[in-house]
Amino acid sequence: MKKSVYNGLYIVIAILVVLPFVLPNSFYVDLAIRMAINAVIVLGLNLLVGFAGQISLGHAGFLGIGAYASAVLPTHFGWHPLLAMAAGAAATGLLAAVVARPIFKLKGNYLAMATLGLGIIISIALRNEAQWTGGPDGMPVPAMGMFGFELTNDKQWYWVVAILLSVSVWASLNLIDSPFGRALRALHGSEVASQVVGVDVVRYKVAIFVLSAVFASLMGSVTAHYVGFVSPNFADFFHSIELMTMVVIGGMASVYGSLVGAVLLTALPQALATFEGWETVVFGAILMLSMIFLPKGLVPTLAAKFGKGE
Amino acid sequence: MLAQFLQFLFSGITVGATYALAALGFTLIYNASNVINFAQGEFIMLGGMLAVFFVQAGLPLPVALVLAILIPAIVGVLIEKLAIEPVRGAETVTLIIITIGASLVIRGLTSVIFGKGTHSLPAFSGETPIDILGATLMPQSLWVLGVTALVVVALWYFFSRTLQGKAMLATSYNRLAAELVGINTGWVLFMSFAMSAALGALGGILITPITLTSYDVGIMLGLKGFVAAVLGGLGNGLGAVVGGLLVGILEAMGAGYISSAYKDAMPFVLILFILFFMPRGLFGGKSTDRV
Repeated sequence: MKKSVYNGLYIVIAILVVLPFVLPNSFYVDLAIRMAINAVIVLGLNLLVGFAGQISLGHAGFLGIGAYASAVLPTHFGWHPLLAMAAGAAATGLLAAVVARPIFKLKGNYLAMATLGLGIIISIALRNEAQWTGGPDGMPVPAMGMFGFELTNDKQWYWVVAILLSVSVWASLNLIDSPFGRALRALHGSEVASQVVGVDVVRYKVAIFVLSAVFASLMGSVTAHYVGFVSPNFADFFHSIELMTMVVIGGMASVYGSLVGAVLLTALPQALATFEGWETVVFGAILMLSMIFLPKGLVPTLAAKFGKGE
Repeated sequence: MLAQFLQFLFSGITVGATYALAALGFTLIYNASNVINFAQGEFIMLGGMLAVFFVQAGLPLPVALVLAILIPAIVGVLIEKLAIEPVRGAETVTLIIITIGASLVIRGLTSVIFGKGTHSLPAFSGETPIDILGATLMPQSLWVLGVTALVVVALWYFFSRTLQGKAMLATSYNRLAAELVGINTGWVLFMSFAMSAALGALGGILITPITLTSYDVGIMLGLKGFVAAVLGGLGNGLGAVVGGLLVGILEAMGAGYISSAYKDAMPFVLILFILFFMPRGLFGGKSTDRV
């Protein structure tokens, strides 16, 4: 099993390389880019939720900080987009680190409440500070570029996010197999037991929370530059739930499950567009049905069915 | 100064009463099943919307109100039967997503059936404001407060004086032990969903003449009800009522004295602070981990 750990990664890379040559038009390229971006976010979230067993219902708030840093700092203060992105990530990391200690004394539903509250406060602030953020209407984001080269067309963006995704999958696989990852899985299994064997539970929880928040912030910046526009919906409660659902539908504590969840749920709204007016109903029903019949998520369920681990 | 303060206080406890009813709904379901029902807000919305619809259809007010409570209760029971019971003992996240799925279905159906407009309900007993020390109180506020008080007393009686109520309490303390002494815990689950949906709907109906309603008001109302329940200490009925009133008052004071734009953020700021210092809410007991 040890040897097969990277097999999945090679398959992912192979798919990413072949994909642009088989996608029929730019609509699908755009969809693929958004799937890949979501996949990276979900990978980070799954480290926190699936592997370390902590709930976050406010992750879109962190995406929002990154996205708005990339929109506001270059527009209003003339910062270089890369610098703005780094500043957004640093601010997110700092915020996550400050709130993490008190938050991670909490468990289960109390933790859900605290992270949810944090996310909602961020999204309300983005909506209200209209002189900086454009308020509920959102604001345009300048193009990303460096050394006189600008990322403009979809093909360029595709390769950028494809590389980001491959690196993230590789990094996640390694992280899980490191002492850090083992400590996370241990504290998911039993906090008391892991404390007994010398795992500093709070420190690890804080570390993984900050890491996944920074992941989210960076990808928020990437999305903002790619789409060229940000709006407060990007940071709202519902988006947090969408991200959580990607984690759970694909499979908690499953790296490839994160990818499957992100791909499926990014495609779903496109597929549902035909149900004029009924999208919300159908989307809600799909959420319920998949959780009722596949509570462990797709990839772990299938893996168990075919009798092998990932 | 005093008049202004009283004005904020009145509007705070009025809205707070609705949060209290929602928080009681969260508490009932949480005690019976350990589920946080994120569809709770949709029951509030559904109560208000159905009442508007039935009144417009020409039904007498009392009939309309009873139907507007009964139908959400049936919806609550359906959610329990179809979506919660089959996955008993699932992870918290799974349960949260199921109830959010349910809330999307309810909200989506409401927007398809009733449209996306904003609706109002005539006040139950006129719109002549009552003057108290320079502040005005709408008669509808008295309805909200009076009915909420009645409900709280009725619930207290139910849980401390009737066998069914005690059976529900026993189940919340220890499901297995309750089953061993012959309590039908399936029935308890059924009742808790029916009751909490009815409570939510009742709150939604009472507040609609004051705050108006539309298909999407459920999210914020539900989340604030959740804040109220957590504030009082999850699972604590008295805590839920106090939490609801506190959230309502804080929101009204915050909107009046600090910033009305950040009105919706106040409950969440409050709950973060409370949880930082009191990880189990105001009235939550100390917990010990079983290893």
